[in-house]
Amino acid sequence: MTTTLPSVEQVWDWLDAVPDPEIPAISLVDLGIIRDVAWQGDALTVTVTPTYSGCPATSIINLDIQTALRDHGVEKIKLKRRLSPPWTTDWLSQKGRVALEKYGIAPPQPAGGPQRCPHCNSTALSRVSQFGSTPCKAQWRCDDCLEPFDYFKCI
Amino acid sequence: MTAPKIKPDEALFQFLLRLGDNTLILGHRVSEWCGHGPVLEEDIALANTALDLIGQTQLWLGLAGEVEGKGRTADSLAYLRDTHEFRNLLMAERPNGDFGQTLMRQFLYDAWSSLMLTRLSQSSNPRIAEIAAKALKEVTYHLERSADLCIRLADGTEESHTRMQAALDDLWPYTGEMFIGDAADETLAADGIAPNPADLHDDWRAIVNRLATEGTLSIPDTPFAHQGGKSGRHTEHLGFILAQMQWLQRTNPGAIW
Repeated sequence: MTTTLPSVEQVWDWLDAVPDPEIPAISLVDLGIIRDVAWQGDALTVTVTPTYSGCPATSIINLDIQTALRDHGVEKIKLKRRLSPPWTTDWLSQKGRVALEKYGIAPPQPAGGPQRCPHCNSTALSRVSQFGSTPCKAQWRCDDCLEPFDYFKCI
Repeated sequence: MTAPKIKPDEALFQFLLRLGDNTLILGHRVSEWCGHGPVLEEDIALANTALDLIGQTQLWLGLAGEVEGKGRTADSLAYLRDTHEFRNLLMAERPNGDFGQTLMRQFLYDAWSSLMLTRLSQSSNPRIAEIAAKALKEVTYHLERSADLCIRLADGTEESHTRMQAALDDLWPYTGEMFIGDAADETLAADGIAPNPADLHDDWRAIVNRLATEGTLSIPDTPFAHQGGKSGRHTEHLGFILAQMQWLQRTNPGAIW
């Protein structure tokens, strides 16, 4: 059977449908960790960068990428890890930032703290802890609606 | 003093073991707090810090295994070496003590680590440079937290101040080892792979001085430095850490899930 290989753009679209295992509101592409997609002959190479070096989701993410691409009929998949340049929250997509806030997680800001409460939009905020439920988040609280919320750390 | 000669590959392997064993042993120590932190937020913060350190271990020991070229992986280096084969600083294996002692150890290490990684991110070895650049982002965040908390506790109540001063006094003799070089360090410094350990001292001391000033602590006036960790001569504490960390792989070799 000879079929034409799916285009690289098509593969990016497929990967944009794979949710982050810990923050399923955004995709792996939104997260900015897919750095490259390229065909080498009939083998597809996907280059992935870790968010935090100890992020326990890394192996699940690799598995999810493989599963999604196999479901779309890609048979030969090579996953490459790239460390440099290191991942930065600047790589979060605009679409991802909007989705994060809607999900209740304040997106990263260059100032180092959330811009507003993702629940009530108040700007009266307090930091509860520099670390949160996953390595990429910190805990904050809204001083108006008093709801605690996650803030996606800016690195 | 003329240091004994060491082959460049062996020097590099030893250096990578030192980096990876520091993060592994300190990461394990910090992880002992999981479920025991004074408040939930601190418990989570300590566990996250430990996680970052273990992640960095995978990168450093993974590269060490590649450099050695005998098929050892990060896992086999972590789980199948005995105490005399570990190369971590003695400070990393110090028992946790109270929360203040754990934080003080973290601060003293973070300050050193941030300087070391800054220099390593410019290493002539590109593999080392990319791991260092990655780890530096995490360690910068750790240092921000450990420095902030150490200052707040040191400049807090009489009780917390007393404990933080005791922590600094207790750990101080373990800091000197970070700045004492040997033949491996000299070889790597000559090749532009890593800095001479002594070159990091003044910047590190400046960070510690800031803590002392803002936290109203006095820095111990003793030049004595415990040493031996970098060459495999450890305190009795390391054996207990390894017994806990390695028992599963030792009793069930190759076990996976």
